Amino acid sequence: MRLDVPSDLGMVGDAVELVATHLPPGTLSPRRISFNLRTALAEALGNAIRYGNGEDPDRLVRVYVELRRDFVRIHVDDDGQGFDASRLPDPTHPDNLEREYGRGLFVIRHLVDDVAFNEKGNGICLTLRAG
Amino acid sequence: MRFTLKKDKSGVVIVGVEGQLIVGNRQELKQKVLEALEEGSRKFVIDFSKTGYIDSSGLGVLVSLSKKIREQSGELRLAGLNADLQTLFELTKLDTLFAITRTAEEALAAF
Repeated sequence: MRLDVPSDLGMVGDAVELVATHLPPGTLSPRRISFNLRTALAEALGNAIRYGNGEDPDRLVRVYVELRRDFVRIHVDDDGQGFDASRLPDPTHPDNLEREYGRGLFVIRHLVDDVAFNEKGNGICLTLRAG
Repeated sequence: MRFTLKKDKSGVVIVGVEGQLIVGNRQELKQKVLEALEEGSRKFVIDFSKTGYIDSSGLGVLVSLSKKIREQSGELRLAGLNADLQTLFELTKLDTLFAITRTAEEALAAF
């Protein structure tokens, strides 16, 4: 499944529903589709639209979903300059707990089985293993 | 996705979140709660019993609202988190920042 999403934060919910409702039953449990997949994809799309594409309406976020017997893998690519995921502060540190932003990648890492980035840092790949 | 606001007889504002609280709708929730705060309400319960998922932007707006309400000597309580949402609050340690009750009724009784 391939999907081009406009750089409009208001489209995130609809894009997530489109992907989640087109996954055939079997690989992921309904609960993991309902929560883990939806939340992680919303995070990835929100980051790509806001930080990657700067909410530029002329730019698209590209979503590619791989469905295999033992995993679902979702690629989310933007047109931004990328970022270094290793340099993000810990959002659970007491000094950061009351910050409004900075939890996105932390949340993604806890909801999916594997997170990978492309070399430039403007593409994220989320893998949810079967179950 | 829908937000509903109602006020109980003791003046507590109960906010219902139906669907999801994410980057695309968080500003709508923020605006509705801040309007009620400006109009004089000080006690708030956000009821997530009909909420499917919350992303980090949704969590962030709750943190922001909590601060603004506290600055006005008010109080925000969260209620109705399902098991997955409860885990989300625990792993982000936001369960230490918010008063969380099992149901909206319990939150109202705790004021």
